[in-house]
Formats: sequence, structure tokens, C-alpha cells
Amino acid sequence: MKEKPKLIDENGRRIDGRRPDELRPLRMEVGVLKNADGSAYVEYGNTKVIVAVYGPREIHPKHLTLPDRAIIRCRYHMTSFSTTERKSPAPTRREIELSKVIREALEGVIFTELYPRTSIDIFIEVLQADGGTRTAGITAASLALADAGIPMKDLVAGVAVGKIDGVLVLDINEVEDEFGEADLPVAMMPSFKEITLLQMNGVLSEDEFWEALKLAEKGVMEIYKAQKEALLNKYSRVKVEVEE
Amino acid sequence: MPIYVQNRELVTPGTLLAENEDLRLETPTVFKHGNKVYSSTIGLVDLSDKRINVIPLEGKYIPKVGDLVIGLIEDYGLTYWIVDIKAPYKAILNVGEVLNRPFNPLKENIKNIYDIGDYVLAKVIAFDRTKDPALTTKQKGLGKITKGRIVEIIPSRVPRVIGKKASMITMLKTETKCQITVGLNGRIWIIGPSPEYEEIAILAIKKIENEAHTSGLTDRIRAFIRKELEKRELKVVEGEGKA
Repeated sequence: MKEKPKLIDENGRRIDGRRPDELRPLRMEVGVLKNADGSAYVEYGNTKVIVAVYGPREIHPKHLTLPDRAIIRCRYHMTSFSTTERKSPAPTRREIELSKVIREALEGVIFTELYPRTSIDIFIEVLQADGGTRTAGITAASLALADAGIPMKDLVAGVAVGKIDGVLVLDINEVEDEFGEADLPVAMMPSFKEITLLQMNGVLSEDEFWEALKLAEKGVMEIYKAQKEALLNKYSRVKVEVEE
Repeated sequence: MPIYVQNRELVTPGTLLAENEDLRLETPTVFKHGNKVYSSTIGLVDLSDKRINVIPLEGKYIPKVGDLVIGLIEDYGLTYWIVDIKAPYKAILNVGEVLNRPFNPLKENIKNIYDIGDYVLAKVIAFDRTKDPALTTKQKGLGKITKGRIVEIIPSRVPRVIGKKASMITMLKTETKCQITVGLNGRIWIIGPSPEYEEIAILAIKKIENEAHTSGLTDRIRAFIRKELEKRELKVVEGEGKA
């Protein structure tokens, strides 16, 4: 096992030079895949995720059909080249579980009752993993859903808060996750301040937990701003081109 | 009692549109939460007297009874066809809705009427949450498409191709000298005097699709068509032609 590095230096800076409440550089793009009904690409620093959304469309196999609403199917998958050591492309226990929690984090915002007897399929592919892949996946998936024109209550933005060397920090990366004391991934509907995903790994006191949640909310709001920008960008680019 | 957005503003899902307003909401692209009104999709705000709506920019075609659509025959049974109308549901076209005479599957083959791969101009006669859409081709002008070309666009941008009081489509028809039939499911049928004219019509429609959210579109498209006509040394329709 690797030696634990110093996660916070004497200036209070983290291993990659960030302040404790600072996000990694964000990059978002919408409509990156032509074949999909909706798609998005999201970067949280070195974590890179691409998402394709298909639907609403006919369900195969037919027996999964629900008479009163659409079903949502979600696949979270890490490419075999996403980690330093090759990951077997077969879905692992972890990926199956994450597919489920991500689906549940998104189910609440989609107006599924508008499209009975159909399915909405979400494919999340992690291209490069450096911590926070599930939250980046949720952020990207909600963008792709919006891009597909599927009516939803709100976008969903996700971010993880961690505790490293006794300090609560926003948007932890792989090293901080590995050697930190706690990890708290959160996904929220930013306009309604409703939480759609909340998991925790490690130990936090109750006070720390509430503190961490507040920090997560701050991160979510920042990510939400970037999401909106990315969505509008797809259209404003054309608008600027032709109207000037 | 404020309205937070302007007419024709681009909004995203979850954007707060208005508060404490007595507004009519007619489409699933806007919804109420408490006394606040939000957008549920990416689109353009359409504000008018006591009514708020978001015109979506993306999304699948959802059938409505009475809609004119262009379907693609995908499969057939003894007395019916399965038709793809670019919706989440496959449409059914019964022989009874095609022929004005009795049909005997023992003597006749349904393939001789419409075969797989044929495009048909049809009307939706039934559709609701519980059953798949049913089509008819019995009315005048409906039926198999045997000439011309078909272009596909995103269904939610069809209203832009038609324009306010059909201004855009009238302009397209006169400028490109093409007969244009718009299926509400995002398939458009074009018959022109020559392939060049059809090509220009297709380019123009693709341009409308791409720039659906911008303003001053009709004039821009007219200029575009005239430029393309000149490039190909075709005759331009005379006059400023205000549609």
C-alpha cells in the first residue's frame, strides 16, 4: 500500500493546490453525440464522463412496460482504460449498485407519467476516473436528459464533500478519497434545494455532517450555474453566429 | 406578482418563470410548484395575455388525433401495417383505413398496397395513453408517397418551418418553386421542378432547424434561398415578396 501523503499543507492548500471549499475546474458540453437523443460531456478536473440518453422510446423486452409511466434504465460503467490499472469491462458489483443509486437520483426529477409504456435509457461512461465519478455522472446525465428534451422538474447536480486530515473539503479527488477520513457524495435539485442522492463513507460527527452538507450545497449551486451555461451555450453559439 | 422572464427568452429545466400569477398552463413544458411556475424543458418562453408557455427546442414527436404525419412502413401483418412515425410508439394502419372496398387476405397480398420501406402521408385518427396511435390514409391527398424527397428534422422545430400564420412555409414554396408537405412528426416531403430546387429547399429547411431559436428567420432564409438560386444560376422569383 502507498504511503499516506500530506493532504493539507501548511498554507491550508490541498494536494492539487485548491482551497478546501474550491471545486476542480469544470468543463461541460452538451449535444456531443449525434446518434443519441441527448448527450453530455462533463469534466471535474481529471474525472471525465460522457453520457448518452435515448428516449422516450419503445421498451425491449416488452414485459418491463409500465402502463402509467415511462421506465428509466441507467447504466453506469467505467471504461477499462479509466483507471491506472486496467479495469475489467464487465459490470462489477460497485457499478451495478451505482447504476441503481444514480437512477434513483434522477427518477425524482423526470415527469415519467407523460410517456406511459416507454423507456428512457441513460448510459454513463466514465472515461477517466479521479474521484467523484458518480456525482459527475449524475451532473452529466441530467444535462443529457435536458438535451433530449425530456420534461423534468429541475436539473440535478452532484458533488462530494470529504474530510481529509480533519478538514472538510469540497469535491474530493481520488487521493483525498483514498486517504481521507470520510466521503459524502450529494446530489441535489438546485432550484428546489431537494436532495436526491446522499451517501456516506467513513466517519463524521453530527456537526461535521451538517457543515459538510452546507458545503455540498454551495458546490452544487456552482455546478448548476455551469450546467445552465452549457445548455444555453449550445443555442447561443448559433444565435450569435447568425444574428450578427 | 412578478414574471421573471421575458418573451422569447431561452430557459432551462427548473428555471423559475413566474410567482403568484394567475396564468394558464397548457403544456407539460411548464409546471406549477406551490404558487410558482417553472419551466420543465429547454425552450423559448412564450408569454401572452394570462398564458405562459415554453416552446421546446428538443424532444420526440407525441401523436395527437388529427395530426398529419409522414410514416415509414416498417412491417405488416395479414390486414394491417406497423408504421414508424418517429414517436415513442409504433403506429398501426389497418387495411380498412386504406381501401374503400373489402379486403380478403386469402386472395390479395397486403404488400401490393404498401410495402416495407414505403413512405405514406397519413392522419392520426386515434391515440391515447393506453393504446398505440392508429392512422388513416383514406382522405383526399393521403397515401403512398411515390415521388419527391423526404427530409427529417427535430419534431419540436416543425412550428418554425411553418411559421406564424404559415408565413415561412408560404415563402419557402414560392421561393423554391417546390410543393412542400410538412408532417408534424418532423418529416417533410418536397417535390420540386428539378433536383436543384429540391436541394435548395432541403438546405433551407435544415437551416431553419438549426436556427429555430433565433429571430428574423424568415428574411434570412429568403436571402439564403436567393443566394443559393443565383449560385446555381436558377431563376429567382421576382419582387420583394413579403409573405
